[in-house]
Amino acid sequence: MNKILLVIQREYLTRVKKKSFIVMTFLGPLLMSGIFVSAFLLDKVDTEVKKIGVIDNTHIFVNKFKDNERVKFEYLNEDVEKVRSESKNRGYFGVLVIPATENLSSLEKAVTFYSESQPGFDIISKIKFTIEKEINTQKYISAGIDESKLLAIKTDVNIQTRDLENKETSTPLTTGLGFAAGLLIYLFIFIYGAMVMRGVLEEKTSRIVEVIISSVKPFQLMMGKIVGVALVGLTQFLLWVILSSTVFFALTSSLMSGKSDKEKAEMIMKSRPGMEEAMQQADEDSPIKGDKMMKLDSILGTINFPLLIGMFIFYFLGGYLLYSALFAAIGAAVDSETDTQQFMLPVTIPLIIAYVAAATVINNPQGNVAFWFSVIPFTSPIVMMVRIPFGVPWEHIVLSMVLLIAGFIFTTWIAARIYRVGILMYGKKVTYKELWKWLRFQN
Amino acid sequence: MNILEIENVSKNYAAHRALDGVTLHIPSHCVFGLLGPNGAGKTSLIRIITQITAPDSGRILFKGQPLSTEHVLQMGYLPEERGLYKKMEVGEQALYLARLKGMSRADAMKKLKFWFEKFEIQAWWKKKVEELSKGMAQKVQFITTVLHEPEFLILDEPFTGFDPINAELVKNELLELKNKGTTIVLSTHRMESVEELCNNIALIDNAHVILNGSVKDIRKQFRSHMFEINYVGNRIGFTNALWTGFELIDLKEEEEQSTAKVKMLGNLTVNDMLSLLMPHVQIIGLQEIVPSMNDIFIKQVSENRN
Repeated sequence: MNKILLVIQREYLTRVKKKSFIVMTFLGPLLMSGIFVSAFLLDKVDTEVKKIGVIDNTHIFVNKFKDNERVKFEYLNEDVEKVRSESKNRGYFGVLVIPATENLSSLEKAVTFYSESQPGFDIISKIKFTIEKEINTQKYISAGIDESKLLAIKTDVNIQTRDLENKETSTPLTTGLGFAAGLLIYLFIFIYGAMVMRGVLEEKTSRIVEVIISSVKPFQLMMGKIVGVALVGLTQFLLWVILSSTVFFALTSSLMSGKSDKEKAEMIMKSRPGMEEAMQQADEDSPIKGDKMMKLDSILGTINFPLLIGMFIFYFLGGYLLYSALFAAIGAAVDSETDTQQFMLPVTIPLIIAYVAAATVINNPQGNVAFWFSVIPFTSPIVMMVRIPFGVPWEHIVLSMVLLIAGFIFTTWIAARIYRVGILMYGKKVTYKELWKWLRFQN
Repeated sequence: MNILEIENVSKNYAAHRALDGVTLHIPSHCVFGLLGPNGAGKTSLIRIITQITAPDSGRILFKGQPLSTEHVLQMGYLPEERGLYKKMEVGEQALYLARLKGMSRADAMKKLKFWFEKFEIQAWWKKKVEELSKGMAQKVQFITTVLHEPEFLILDEPFTGFDPINAELVKNELLELKNKGTTIVLSTHRMESVEELCNNIALIDNAHVILNGSVKDIRKQFRSHMFEINYVGNRIGFTNALWTGFELIDLKEEEEQSTAKVKMLGNLTVNDMLSLLMPHVQIIGLQEIVPSMNDIFIKQVSENRN
C-alpha cells in the first residue's frame, strides 16, 4: 500500500510542478472570463445603428415601428425607385416598402425589404411582428371590434414550470447547466485519460519501467499513475473554480458599477448559454415584462447545487477511472505515440456517442434513450449529468452509479492484464488478437 | 551457504521455451557470472529472480525461503535495457527509486550524498536526466541500483556506455561491494570482465545450463595442458629434446628468440619438461596457456549445439 502512495505522490508532484499545469490553471479561468467579457463587449461593439427607410403607402404603419439601440426607422414619402438607388448614399441599411393594396389580406404577402446585405433575424422578426400586430388591429377595426375591447380580450399565456415542491424552475437554465456539466466531464476524461496514456508510454520508451517493476508490482504502478493523475485533474478543477469565481466577481463588480439592477441582470443573463434562451423566452412572452429577470434568484434556488456538484464529482471520477484504465492499457500495448491512434478510436467512440446523444436527452429527459444512455457505464458519466438538472428518479441514479463502479472495476481488471504484459513488450505489432492473448495470459 | 537456489525452473512464452529445467546455486558473497549467447534465456531467468515474472514450474529459494514480495527490498537490479525518467531531476528521481526500495527519506538522502560525492557528481543533483550524457546517466543509474545496500545485486551488462575510466570505477565499486558481503550476479558478454571479476559462472544456451561451477574449477576442467615456451636456441635441438610425452603444436622463430607451443601429454610435469629442455636450449620463459573464458564460452556453446 505504501508503495502505491509513493507512486501516486510522484505522479502527482511531477505533473503539478510542470509549467504547463500552472499556465493552464491561470489560463483556464482567464479564458472562461474572457468568454464572458467578450460576450458582453461584443454586444457593446455591435452598436452600429442601422437606419431603415420606411415607405408606407398605406399610411397605417407610420410611427408604428419602434426604434431601439440598433435599429432606427425613418419614415419617407418618396418614390420607391429613387430611395432604393440613393439608399446607400443616404446611409440606409435597407428600405422597407409597404405598398398600397386593395385589401389587408393581399398586403400580408406584399411587403418587401430591400437591402444590400442580408438582414439579420432580429430586424426581420421585428418588422414582421410590428406589421402583423398592426394588420391584426386593422382587421379587428374593419370587423367592427373596439380596440379597448381588444386589449381586454388579449390573452397572455405564460406557462410557469414548477417542481413538485412548487418552486419555480426554468427549462433553458437546466438545459444549459446539464450541457455544461456533460461537456466538462467529456473534456476532463479526454484530457486526463490521455495524460495517463502518455505517462505509461513515457515509461516504456525511456526504459525505466523494468527498473520500477523490480520494486513495485505492475498493478501498483498502473493504479498509482491513474490515481495520481486523477488528483491532478481534481486539483486543476478546484483551482479553476476558485480562480474563476474570484475573477468573475472582480470583473463584474468593476464592469457593473453604475448600472441599474436590471442592466446587471441582463448582463449576467446574456453571457451564459441557456440564460440567453431564458431571456428570449421572457422577451417573446412579453416584450414589456422585466420582472422575469428578477426571478433569476428564485429559479436558481430550485437547482439542487449540492446534488449537482456531488454527482459531478462522482461521475467525473467514475468516468475517468473507467476510461483512464483503458488509456493505460493502450499506452502499455504500443511503442510510440503514433501507434496509439488505432486503439484510441474504439475507446473514445462511446464518449462521442454520449455527447451526441445529449441533444436527444435534453428534449426527452425521461425517455428510453435517456434512460439507457444514463445507465450504461460507458456513456453514463456524460448523459446522466445532462439528465440530472431535469430531475432523475433515485432508482435510476443508484443503478447508474452501481453500474459505473462495476464498469471501472471491469476495465481496470482488463487493463491490468494487458498492462502487465505490454509494458515489457517491444517491437511487436499489436493487434486485437494479440491483446486477447495477453488478456488470457496467466502470470 | 547459497543465497539463491534455482530449482528446476521452466518458462514458456507462447510457442517459445525460454527456460527448461534450469537448476543453479548461487553462493553468497561471490561475483557470479551469468553467461550465454543472445536469446539463451538469461533475461528470462533474471526476470524470474527479480519477480517481474513467475516461472511456469520449479521454484526459487532466497536465503532458504521461497521467493516473496519482501525480497525485492533486498535485491538490486540493473536491467540491460535501462533508463530513467527523462524530465525528472536527478536527485529527486534517485530519491524516488530509493524509497520504492523501502528506504526512509532521511536515510536515502544521506546515502545519496555519500555516493554523489564518491562519484563526484554533486553538481548534477538538480539537472534533468535528459541534460546528461549517456555515461553520466549510467553513473546515476548505477547509484540508484546499489543505494539501498541490497544483499543481492543483479547487473545485466553494467559496463555498456562507460568509457574505460568509468568502467574501471564501476569494476572497483563492484569488488568493494563484494568484499562488504554483497552477492553480485553479473550477466555480460564481456569475457574480460568475467575474468577479472567472477568467482563462479553459469553458461546458459538454448534454455539449458551447459556449464556451471567456480571459475577455478572450470578452468581446470578445460585445461588443455598447453604451454608456451620462449627460448633461444636451435630448432632441431628443441624438437629433439622433446620426445615422447610432448606434442609440438606450433613453433615460431624470430630473430632473437623462438616461441613454441607444446602440449604436455600423460602424467608429466613442468619440471620434467624443463629438465628435458634445459640442456639443449636457453629458456627465456615458460607459461601455461590457460583457456580464456572467451575460448571456453565458444567451445562449450558450439559443442552444445552439435
